[in-house]
Amino acid sequence: MTVTHTPADEVKAQGNSILEVTKLQELVYELKIEQVMTKKVVTVSPDDPISQLKEVLRVNRISGAPVLKDGELVGIISIEDVLKALELGAISASVSEKMTTNVQTLFADENVIQAVTKFGRLGFGRLPVVDREGRLVGILTQGDIARGLLRQLEMDYREEEIHRYRASHIFEDIASDQTGLILRYQVQARNFARCGEAASKLKRALERLGAKPTEVRRVAVVSYEAETNLVIHTTKGGELLAEIQPEKIRIIAVDHGPGIADVEKALQPGFSTAPDWIRELGFGAGMGLSNIKACSDQMVFDSKVGVGTRLEVIIRL
Amino acid sequence: MTLREIAKRLELTLRTSEQKLDAEVSGGYASDLLSCVMAKARKGNVWVTLQSHLNIVAVAELLQLAAIIVTEGMAVDEPTLQKANEVGIPILTTPATTFTVVGRLTQMGIAGADEPGGSWDKMTGQ
Repeated sequence: MTVTHTPADEVKAQGNSILEVTKLQELVYELKIEQVMTKKVVTVSPDDPISQLKEVLRVNRISGAPVLKDGELVGIISIEDVLKALELGAISASVSEKMTTNVQTLFADENVIQAVTKFGRLGFGRLPVVDREGRLVGILTQGDIARGLLRQLEMDYREEEIHRYRASHIFEDIASDQTGLILRYQVQARNFARCGEAASKLKRALERLGAKPTEVRRVAVVSYEAETNLVIHTTKGGELLAEIQPEKIRIIAVDHGPGIADVEKALQPGFSTAPDWIRELGFGAGMGLSNIKACSDQMVFDSKVGVGTRLEVIIRL
Repeated sequence: MTLREIAKRLELTLRTSEQKLDAEVSGGYASDLLSCVMAKARKGNVWVTLQSHLNIVAVAELLQLAAIIVTEGMAVDEPTLQKANEVGIPILTTPATTFTVVGRLTQMGIAGADEPGGSWDKMTGQ
């Protein structure tokens, strides 16, 4: 028998901000400091006068600089130190007199999370970055971290977009008179622990292929109910097959017994032959085939006692 | 309203890991029959049920539900919790009955999937 009807089952796609937060947290642990730091560092010499430092900061539009002596990091000085010196009228004092000598540094190969923690703990505006030999290789501000994270997020996002585009255009890229992707799943009888696995895998495949949430939901309901029927009612399990075509999805569930005596009755909502212990698990409500019907554009259901049952459903995309 | 708020106000016990608690809940649905849930529950809904076996996770995952609230202190076994953590479906438990939980959810403004303005409406445009 063939049933035709029109389902209208729209599911609104929802953004998931939780995922993005996790992604950002992930990045903080993944990215290395050397990937986000500023590599071109303006440095000053300990012998430079504060008046000259003031000009260096102004011209480069920076608020502090590491102090190098013979290539070695000996201190760090900021605009605050300049202001303090100005207050005291010590504009011709040398950088070495006003700088901070106990310099906190970051290693270039550390993760950004280490920098975030250090900034949080120390409250500094910038931290010099050194390699494992102690040579200055860069400087890091909290702004650098924010920019680095945004850059990486954008790159990941773009990759994801390209990936999605490729997956969802697979059918357009492959030329043939009729292109279809066939997914087969073996379903074991009475294995309730794995019930829903095939439907779940099929659902994920469709999402990868860029199917719309409405279509995904319809396929999920049909394949889950068909899979559940194979688990509950068959003697030796069966096969769930999905053929994905550009304009439709065909789902077929086949088993080899025991077969249904009265197909018409089986299709009635609420009719079930499931034993009590299965009903106690929440199965066997007699709604499976009705659900399948409600989600499909076409349904063909055949069964013969002693031979088996075959369900074929078409969902148009 | 987020799942975290619901859990706090209904004094639910979180049995799975601290994930997806800040997701916005789109509505609610209650039934112990899995096929009915498949037919009616909508993405982002909380599902209130007495069932506590492994298959509730498969259903919730397929429908992308926000969480499962297991009522009347039904024991949720380890494989179920493990699977739930794996696929990211929070499971919360309560000694309260389904009736009480649903009543309190309604008071908090969580609409049934089929109520006017509920997630059914919003998602189907029906």
